[in-house]
Amino acid sequence: MKLDAQVPGGQLSEKWKKHKSAMKLVNPANRRKHTVLIVGTGLAGASAAAALGEAGYKVKAFFYHESPRRAHSIAAQGGINAAKNYQNDGDSVDRLFYDTIKGGDFRAREANVYRLAEVSANIIDHCVALGVPFAREYGGQLSNRSFGGTQVSRTFYARGQTGQQLLLGAYSAMMRQVDEGNVEIYSRREMLEIVVVNGVCRGVIIRNLLTGEIESHSGDAVILATGGYSNVYYLSTNAKYSNVTATWRAYKKGAGFANPCFTQIHPTCIPVAGEYQSKLTLMSESLRNDGRVWVPKKAGDNRAASQIPDADRDYYLERRYPGFGNLVPRDVASRAAKSVCDEGRGVGASKQAVFLDFSDAIKRLGQPAIESKYGNLFEIYQQITDENPYEVPMRMYPAPHYTMGGLWVDYHLMSNIPGLFVAGEANFSDHGANRLGASALMQGLADGYFVLPYTIANYIGGTKIEAVSIDSSDFKAARAEAQGRIDKLLGMRGKKTVTEIHRRLGRVMWDAVGMSRSRPGLEKAIKDIRSLREEFWTDVSVPGDKNNLNPELEMAGRVADFLEFGEVMAMDALAREESCGGHFREEHQTPENEAKRDDEKFAHVAVWEYQGEQKAPVRHQEPLKFEVVHLAARNYK
Amino acid sequence: MKLNLKIWRQKDAKTPGKFVDYALDHVSPEMSFLEMLDVLNEELVKKGEEPVAFDHDCREGICGSCGVVINGKAHGGQVNTTTCQLYMRHYNDGDTVLIEPFRARAFPVVKDLCVDRQSLDRVVKAGGYISAHVGSAVDGNTIPIGKELAEKAFDAGTCIQCGACVAACKNASAMLFTSAQTQRLNLLPQGKVELSRRVTRMIAAMDEEKFGACTNEAECSAVCPKGISFKNITEMNHNYLKSSLE
Ligand SMILES: Cc1cc2nc3c(=O)[nH]c(=O)nc-3n(C[C@H](O)[C@H](O)[C@H](O)COP(=O)(O)OP(=O)(O)OC[C@H]3O[C@@H](n4cnc5c(N)ncnc54)[C@H](O)[C@@H]3O)c2cc1C
Ligand code: FES
Repeated sequence: MKLDAQVPGGQLSEKWKKHKSAMKLVNPANRRKHTVLIVGTGLAGASAAAALGEAGYKVKAFFYHESPRRAHSIAAQGGINAAKNYQNDGDSVDRLFYDTIKGGDFRAREANVYRLAEVSANIIDHCVALGVPFAREYGGQLSNRSFGGTQVSRTFYARGQTGQQLLLGAYSAMMRQVDEGNVEIYSRREMLEIVVVNGVCRGVIIRNLLTGEIESHSGDAVILATGGYSNVYYLSTNAKYSNVTATWRAYKKGAGFANPCFTQIHPTCIPVAGEYQSKLTLMSESLRNDGRVWVPKKAGDNRAASQIPDADRDYYLERRYPGFGNLVPRDVASRAAKSVCDEGRGVGASKQAVFLDFSDAIKRLGQPAIESKYGNLFEIYQQITDENPYEVPMRMYPAPHYTMGGLWVDYHLMSNIPGLFVAGEANFSDHGANRLGASALMQGLADGYFVLPYTIANYIGGTKIEAVSIDSSDFKAARAEAQGRIDKLLGMRGKKTVTEIHRRLGRVMWDAVGMSRSRPGLEKAIKDIRSLREEFWTDVSVPGDKNNLNPELEMAGRVADFLEFGEVMAMDALAREESCGGHFREEHQTPENEAKRDDEKFAHVAVWEYQGEQKAPVRHQEPLKFEVVHLAARNYK
Repeated sequence: MKLNLKIWRQKDAKTPGKFVDYALDHVSPEMSFLEMLDVLNEELVKKGEEPVAFDHDCREGICGSCGVVINGKAHGGQVNTTTCQLYMRHYNDGDTVLIEPFRARAFPVVKDLCVDRQSLDRVVKAGGYISAHVGSAVDGNTIPIGKELAEKAFDAGTCIQCGACVAACKNASAMLFTSAQTQRLNLLPQGKVELSRRVTRMIAAMDEEKFGACTNEAECSAVCPKGISFKNITEMNHNYLKSSLE
């Protein structure tokens, strides 16, 4: 597998600027002749569709939702970062770049991250122009708050609904292009295969979820903006339908899958309540601006929170990390929560929770101030738990939330298959081994609004793209494959439900490939996943038929992919003999239980290449060269 | 607790549907309404029967996918609550619960409890946007927007496009939805420029999609899970009148 990152030469801070003027262009009159197929209309996909439509390309956008605005991005709460330095607190492109590289534990590509920081300010400007109602000060200026892993206030937000408002912006910009005839949207469609012709990605195979029809679409370039794979854990903060299918099927057609074991477990989620639980709800990281995290000092202290005096409380984040306190990065906060619970100091009925307490902030700022900042989050909490967080502290526990791993892409966001681009959470690019809060929205929109319009033009302008027909043998073969899998699933008349197997897979992944990983645990997980996969393919039941809406069939296909993908995730975790970011290997820690990186052996991206059914995939490496940043131990003390 | 469910089952848009009875044991008060349906569905699959199709995704009240009529009320009748945020603690042992899809001419049923609300996307397409070109924007702080105004526009922008307003209206009107979409933009200085065109075209699109007329019943804002204010309709009407006089 050839992994050429295509990073342009020159000084880090000049690379993107210079490269933008060097890249190939497509004449405005010719753009109409080129079709770009986009799968996914979350922030990354919708912004790409809007920008490419506006530029004049013929765009087709596919999504499995009923409306493009229902993509999982809509659920993002806390905010979006940008190096505006409106607060005059010393922020800059360089600082956002450095925070992101350091937050990612030095496992991301410098040039990509620098570009991200550079375009961050343009994102805010564009979103304001689109009517996104970011929070404002009384004087009418934009307001900011701080997020974990930084010491400046650079997070722009729209109450606790930042994702919703940003997606409305991108969705409406895309609908304007639909109005103008540049973008065509295809709802309730699921991509089942990419089509590779002579080594180049030329199309997609799509299932119409309402009629079951298998459709073929050809184009000059394909963009996957299909989101992350946290639902491999079954319970996660992701929307129920989020899945790995699109990127996994592309992997099986030759695209490299990078760092699959880099997953983010978010520290503040509402704890699990019962066996029937179908998903977990995140409480935004922004809450840690004003909420203080604590557990009782003594194990087995069963008093109600209000009965435990300050002297008997352990504000363990403030104690262990005085420099960042409650605002340490997510991986650090999650592991700390796990360790106090493992010591028996957890709270609530399950003892698998810590307190997030607002009483000090309410005393200091008054309830109305807290309400205006976090009102809707407090409401969600009360709705779910039936407890009033203005009166009793919230109970929180970590939960799978975001996946840094994804399809490998170069500086142009193109995978190793020419013509196949990957954007947003679906690619592996910018967050290394841990993503900082409020940086996913930034990355998705950077990719869609400000990077792809240039790199897609460069690709189309610089490549001789032959005509293809959807009647060609490659398209036929891909269609047959997609149809074959559906027929096979519908033929399954076993005794287990798809959900049952998914739940068990989730348990295996959470225990062995979750917050803490070890060789014996991972080796066992690989065996367990294989046997679960076998059980699935012999004993699952998929009722209904293929010619109308069949959510159970859709889910079966996705879980089947998770059952393959989970194994590669575990293999990746096993091969990475170090601890970095969200990847914590018990064998590699300091005496203070902090993560121990191994830069000599693992300062690289691990890229997995598919070899065929029943064959072990091959692990490749893209070495990470740090030209500007000095690799240092991550210290938030 | 035990529940008697009466659920609308319909194979597809062309086949007529009917209510089917299901008895469900072991419903716990901590379950969400959709988790209760999940439990039913797992039982059905185990028996080799087709599960009940219903739309959902985020399960936290923000994506607008979910939405059924429960005992005659869109989203079940709790204040500011989507179906996915409804918890079983609001029901009692032995209750009979009637569950059916949102019904409106512009929302054809596609299966069981799932309807097609793309007519709403087509209304947005007719002007529910600001025409700003990527890369052309001025610095975000160049346009100061008063906090109160920003908040008011935001309130309209919290609409999740679930369609409950249409389902609750005896005329199946989409006025609350459409006015939320116009007002979230009309109120802002960036959005004012296209106000007339936006309002005129979106109202025309609404009629084209066969949504009914508004007769001021205000059932829409009563069931709206996001508490979108009825005032938006008044303001849109005002804007519409002004635009038609221009
Ligand atoms: C609860 C929550 C809160 C968050 N809060 C924040 C925050 O405050 N700040 C921040 O920066 N980040 C946050 N994140 C992370 C961020 O929301 C996501 O990483 C980001 O929105 C992903 O956007 P995306 O465009 O890449 O993918 P998504 O929004 O997940 O969109 C995926 C799209 O792909 C489509 N799709 C997928 N597979 C297929 C297929 N096979 N065929 C057809 N279509 C397909 C879907 O229909 C959808 O349109 C949060 C995440 C969660 C879970
Ligand atoms: S499932 Fe998203 S709003 Fe209910």
